[in-house]
Amino acid sequence: MTTIDYSVKIPNNVNLSEDRTLQRALEQWQPNFVNWWDDVGPEGSTDHEVYLRTAVSVDPAGWAQFGHVKMRDYRWGIFLNPGDASRQVQFGDHKGETVWADVPGEHRANLRRIIVTQGDTEPASVEQQRHLGLTAPSMYDLRNLFQINVEEGRHLWAMVYLLHRHFGRDGREEADALLDRRSGDENNPRILGAFNEQTPDWLAFFMFTYFTDRDGKFQLAALSESAFDPLARTTKFMLTEEAHHMFVGESGVSRVIARTAQVMNELQTDDVALLRAAGVIDLPTLQRYLNFHYSVTIDLFGADQSSNAATFYSSGLKGRYEEGKRDDDHLLKGRTYPVLEVQNGQLVEKEVPMLNALNEVLRDDFIKDSMAGVERWNKVLAKANLPHRLSVPQKAFHRNIGALAGIKMSPDGRVVSDAEWAAKKDSWLPTASDRAFVASLMGRVVEPGRFANWIAPPAIGINKQAVDFEYVRFN
Amino acid sequence: MGAAVIQQHLIDPELCIRCNTCEATCPVGAITHDERNYVVRADVCNSCMACIAPCPTGSIDNWRAVPKASAYSVDEQLTWDELPAELPADALGEADDAAAVVAAIDASADKNAAPIQAAPFRSAAFGAVLPPWSAAHAYTNLYGPKAPAVATVVGNFNCTEAGFASETHHVVLDFGALPFPVLEGQSIGIVPPGVDAHGRPHTARQYSVASPRNGERPGYNNLSLTVKRVTEDHSGHPVRGVASNYLCDLKVGDSVQVIGPFGSSFLMPNHPKSNIVMICTGTGSAPMRAMTEWRRRLRRGGAGPSQASSPAMGGGRGEAAAWGPDSPKFEGGKLLLFFGARTQQELPYFGPLQKLPKDFIDINLAFSRTPGQPKRYVQDLMRERAADLAALLKDSNTAFYVCGLKSMEEGVVLALRDVAEDAGLSWEAVGTTLRNEGRLHLETY
Repeated sequence: MTTIDYSVKIPNNVNLSEDRTLQRALEQWQPNFVNWWDDVGPEGSTDHEVYLRTAVSVDPAGWAQFGHVKMRDYRWGIFLNPGDASRQVQFGDHKGETVWADVPGEHRANLRRIIVTQGDTEPASVEQQRHLGLTAPSMYDLRNLFQINVEEGRHLWAMVYLLHRHFGRDGREEADALLDRRSGDENNPRILGAFNEQTPDWLAFFMFTYFTDRDGKFQLAALSESAFDPLARTTKFMLTEEAHHMFVGESGVSRVIARTAQVMNELQTDDVALLRAAGVIDLPTLQRYLNFHYSVTIDLFGADQSSNAATFYSSGLKGRYEEGKRDDDHLLKGRTYPVLEVQNGQLVEKEVPMLNALNEVLRDDFIKDSMAGVERWNKVLAKANLPHRLSVPQKAFHRNIGALAGIKMSPDGRVVSDAEWAAKKDSWLPTASDRAFVASLMGRVVEPGRFANWIAPPAIGINKQAVDFEYVRFN
Repeated sequence: MGAAVIQQHLIDPELCIRCNTCEATCPVGAITHDERNYVVRADVCNSCMACIAPCPTGSIDNWRAVPKASAYSVDEQLTWDELPAELPADALGEADDAAAVVAAIDASADKNAAPIQAAPFRSAAFGAVLPPWSAAHAYTNLYGPKAPAVATVVGNFNCTEAGFASETHHVVLDFGALPFPVLEGQSIGIVPPGVDAHGRPHTARQYSVASPRNGERPGYNNLSLTVKRVTEDHSGHPVRGVASNYLCDLKVGDSVQVIGPFGSSFLMPNHPKSNIVMICTGTGSAPMRAMTEWRRRLRRGGAGPSQASSPAMGGGRGEAAAWGPDSPKFEGGKLLLFFGARTQQELPYFGPLQKLPKDFIDINLAFSRTPGQPKRYVQDLMRERAADLAALLKDSNTAFYVCGLKSMEEGVVLALRDVAEDAGLSWEAVGTTLRNEGRLHLETY
């Protein structure tokens, strides 16, 4: 193994150059990571120079360094938010104690599981999105896709750092396994269901980054409350990057809506066939994509009642979203929370112990945040003087995990018969022909400043650059 | 530079995705939100720019010139679906005390600001948010409004020629043993005592530090401010500027509440070959005085050995042990100053610096209202010195600093652009490089 000066190659604030054990672990892992990137990273992108944001430190000045780089040479760094050794655990049985700088033995298995589950989603999404570059609607969007890809890569590094630094041999094995699993692979799939689905087109990509990366935001926010300080600080920094991913999703869908609304006004119609003929994505199709991605994503929060969730909370491993802003006792013993279940063909609320319902609590926080963004999409329609509106389906719609799994439910929250489900599901979820239509629009447009017909240009460019800036140099 | 027309920091609700990154980043807690919008508290934001880079959308980088007294409140911002339009110039002019500053010493208010352009030219887009690479590390936000530092007035000099209408004071504040490290170009906030017309405590007013890093008096924990007494508004109506009158009336021995320091980008380069081009009007000269004096002390061998008196201030000077022979020396870097005022009499403050040797500082003065003379503005002088400026623009060791009234900013940046393009340079490239390398700083108010 040749010696590489990892402190230069890997920007970090974890004192990598002094930590021989960590260096040795990364010397093993880093070449495998690059191989993984070459194998299943963005297709055909090896020689592209992409206008990317690289973090070289965690302060505002070093946070966002922009420049054209080849993705293979991206400086994947390891960053922890600045620490406060006297920070106290804010919740659970250890509330008020000083946070842990290392992993307590009794929580080792659970923490490893949490980190591996989070870490597994990062390379998974790169794999899911690897073909999208071939059908980018613009150079601007292509750049955003690549930015997300390299940052998912950096998030993998962040989790691998924790595994290498704090979990010894087990951690190294888990880090290797993160590079071995493959999204959608029958024999060795990624851990979570949604990360084995395909991201076949750019509408799906925007919906994925809007909804599914927002799941990431809420999971990371909950972990950033952790009593295990290195995990809290790592995830806190990751959240700053996650924001860009949600931006791509929210603005992407918003631009699709803006373009559709424009054509609806030009043609004075909401006729699906006419709009499709005009080469834009009709609103009912957008609604069905939304229904699908929303329902698949809220499954990611897990079963509505979970003793694991209670254990993670009470033992201080994973908090609630914005734990510090809640004014309760942060122990939650004896408190209850409503979850949904179906009784006699009716959806009813049932009060259950809150500690067991923490997945549901996080899911509901996610739902609130998601709905606010959908309302902003609706403002685009309102501004275009169109009466049409998008909405999120009832949270029991199309669920596959928890007490609601498999229940036939309409998007507006009625329990429906098998017959009604069969008759209407094609108007509720994207059909093969919807996907085929959207796929038919996916031609590659990559001349600077040009945009595919089905999407409006963004309001502003990246880092104050012009919209027609050369965000990607093809070599 | 008591400023009541402020550049209010706003977030564009149409672009913002409510990701919370800015709120999590803000070092002074100026950003808050409800379920609808993310908003900035005008009285807390100190324009430190820490939130700008991490914002994924660009929605964070919006600014509106508004009279401080009628800054958009948080409650108002929370109701917005889109940003308000820019206020017209006269709406700003009719405002309160800062507008009086505009009226009194505005060197470029007379329609000369910018040629009419087909495409809108945004000078602010070229302003750097990072300091040049050789800048010293700046400490910021050491004292906030909840726990301000207390300084003692050790000097308050009226440095205006007798009988002249606009009164400018040189105020020296001493911090005793309290740590309050500042660099040239940074500013501090002064909290006037008492309450405003609504019974609320006065908000802090920001002033640029006019003294170098090792003290107005070398080796002492003190600093100086340049304060213009505000007595009339834009239309000549009498008005009393709260902070400026408070400061001008201070007596030696009085205590003053101070917050800050603020600013981590308008900082001078320190490497010995660096050139500094300073362009200012009125009390915008404060940071230029600080930088010039620091360079002067360096040039005299070390920084702050017991030399003769400093040009702007009388009195003895002590030895500063902390600034020994290892201090960066000044090796041929040029200083070029463009200073605009209405008349010669308005230069009381920078006046003594005119006695400095030409090989140390190249001073260009523009007077807009000398009787019998045509009006001249800093931009005119810059165009006259185009050949020298073009050479400096081409030199990566040059940093540009602009400080003064908001109305001068665009004219100055346009003049720089013209100088660049007349010399065959692409302003787009030069301007972007200046910005990215932290070599063009705009501080206007």
